[in-house]
Amino acid sequence: MMNRLHPALRRILPQLITLVVVLGCNVLVFPDFFKIEMANGRLYGSIIDILNRGAPVALLAIGMTLVIATKGIDLSVGAVMAICGAVAAAAVAGGSDVATAVVLALCAGIACGLWNGFLVAVLNIQPIVATLILMVAGRGVAQLITEGVILTFTNEGLIFLGSGSLMALPMPFLIWLGFGVLTAILVRKTALGLLIEAVGINLRASTLSGVRGNVLIVAVYAISGLCAATAGIIVAADIKGADANNAGLWLELDAILAVVIGGTSLLGGRFTLAGSLIGAMIIQSINTGILLSGFPPEFNLIIKAFIILVILIIQSPIVQSVLFAMRMPPDLSNDDAEPVEGGSARDRDASVQKEGMAP
Amino acid sequence: MNPRYLPLLATIAIFILAYALCYSQYPNMLSTRVVGNLLTDNAYLGIAAIGMTFVILTGGIDLSIGSVIAFTGVFIAVLLANTSMHPMSVFALALLISTCFGALMGGIIHTLEMPPFIVTLAGMFLARGMAFVLSTESIPITHDFYDTLQDVFFRVPGKGRLTLIGIIMIVTVIIGVVLAHRTRFGSYVYALGGGLPAAKLMGVPVARTTVCVYALSGFMAGLSGIVFSMYTSAGYSLAAVGVELDAIAAVVIGGTLLTGGSGFMIGTLIGVLIMGLIQTYIIFDGTLSSWWTKIVIGGLLFTFILLQRGLVWVTSRARI
Repeated sequence: MMNRLHPALRRILPQLITLVVVLGCNVLVFPDFFKIEMANGRLYGSIIDILNRGAPVALLAIGMTLVIATKGIDLSVGAVMAICGAVAAAAVAGGSDVATAVVLALCAGIACGLWNGFLVAVLNIQPIVATLILMVAGRGVAQLITEGVILTFTNEGLIFLGSGSLMALPMPFLIWLGFGVLTAILVRKTALGLLIEAVGINLRASTLSGVRGNVLIVAVYAISGLCAATAGIIVAADIKGADANNAGLWLELDAILAVVIGGTSLLGGRFTLAGSLIGAMIIQSINTGILLSGFPPEFNLIIKAFIILVILIIQSPIVQSVLFAMRMPPDLSNDDAEPVEGGSARDRDASVQKEGMAP
Repeated sequence: MNPRYLPLLATIAIFILAYALCYSQYPNMLSTRVVGNLLTDNAYLGIAAIGMTFVILTGGIDLSIGSVIAFTGVFIAVLLANTSMHPMSVFALALLISTCFGALMGGIIHTLEMPPFIVTLAGMFLARGMAFVLSTESIPITHDFYDTLQDVFFRVPGKGRLTLIGIIMIVTVIIGVVLAHRTRFGSYVYALGGGLPAAKLMGVPVARTTVCVYALSGFMAGLSGIVFSMYTSAGYSLAAVGVELDAIAAVVIGGTLLTGGSGFMIGTLIGVLIMGLIQTYIIFDGTLSSWWTKIVIGGLLFTFILLQRGLVWVTSRARI
């Protein structure tokens, strides 16, 4: 039965099961969880709220997945969100229309991404350090743009991006879904995704075999910047103002967490965009669930910490090799196969993750 | 000259140059009072950065220290407010917890062979969450012993004050220097940062060193939390957000290689002082906004990373 599933679906099965378990827990603490109602021409309900509120992390996770697939990491996305929100707010406050403001903000995001990519690919700086520079300095730059105040705006068009709705669905959800689908088509219907994975597994080997690794690395950081810019615009539009201090604060960590929950290894290589997006939804479901259950939100961080720990244990080489040895048919057991990669490794996680994360 | 010393020399040169620049505009900058305050205001950061230097020397990273500082502060404040325990025993307990916390992270990093980045990220969430669970409000610390501690200072000529927490930082730096450059543990730390396979072949006890380094970082974060609680006279679970980044920045500005294996404790102290100097200058100036601090630190980070890349490039060329 398992084998008849589409391989792509089978890969994200553990994440889907986790999501269902988390949602199930939410129903236990809040029986009306799945209730969706229609009011003022749009849908309301906890599920819609999760899809809506999870937009920033989901968007960041798209870019972060590609960056992590190249064995990199982008710590600056939170600060880039602040910069781009500030740029958009400053643009509409200066009298330009929505399209100009959005384009300016997206360009700012891409510029930040290109800077990170330049540091990583051309100057060969470790990704953590290279993006740390913008993470530290970025909020200062955002403060310079907003001139130290929370820059508020009343532009209807821009606010629509954060809290409007289209076809009864909230705009932020449509934006991240569209972005995710576009990126997935871009990397999976062309060879791009394969090349990104090749660069992540071995930059030198793939460069020697003709892949222009450095160009790809710069490109994925630029995409990450673009995603961060979009998330920044949504967050600014949602609160009708650009808050340079708090916009996107610590979201880089949530985004990395979403990617890791989604089953992409931090060591680069194979990635799954759908998994990361589900990861983002899992995080948001936990947040919403804790709020709904009346638990103090303080427990949020502790629960997140334990989830990371469980995932770390599952992904760790020791546990992986033990599981691999158990799963291996005897006649193949002395084969030199890769334990981490491959489809069978993925559904192995399914059973473990189900047991590990059910409580 | 050994190129290893170049980053350190560059750091010292920048510090002296920056100080001279500040002095030329505001002659009061060189007064013992300003120098004393520079040490007092940056004591908690300096102590945390010393622990971070050890971690970075092994090629690791510890993102949890800001949260551990906040947790220690809240823990001390809650215990002092609700029990009649003496602050000294509370300090001991807090240091024990933070050290065990660090050791636990080190153990996980070693046994699970996972990147320190993500393990300490979990530690960061956990410590901050525990602080939130203890209290979400800022708890003032009012204890006679705290008043006594805060009144301990040496008068230096020129009305300057060398406070207790400033002294604690200097002592920590001295211990850090001795530990890193004069003990077997220090050599292990450098060896580990130089390359894991080589370190293993040389007989470095990798497991013990890894656990010890993160335990040391946890201990320093706990000590930093104690100092921070003396500095602010309160425990607040949202305090010290982002201190880990400041500490990493100070270590890098201090000339320590982020890939591990090369660096000096004294450089970290100067890195912390450079960051403090920027802040002091902004306060003296009065018209500049404090967010310039972040931008200047970002710029300095970039400069130093470039310098290090250049050095690595030059030395690797020399070897060929």
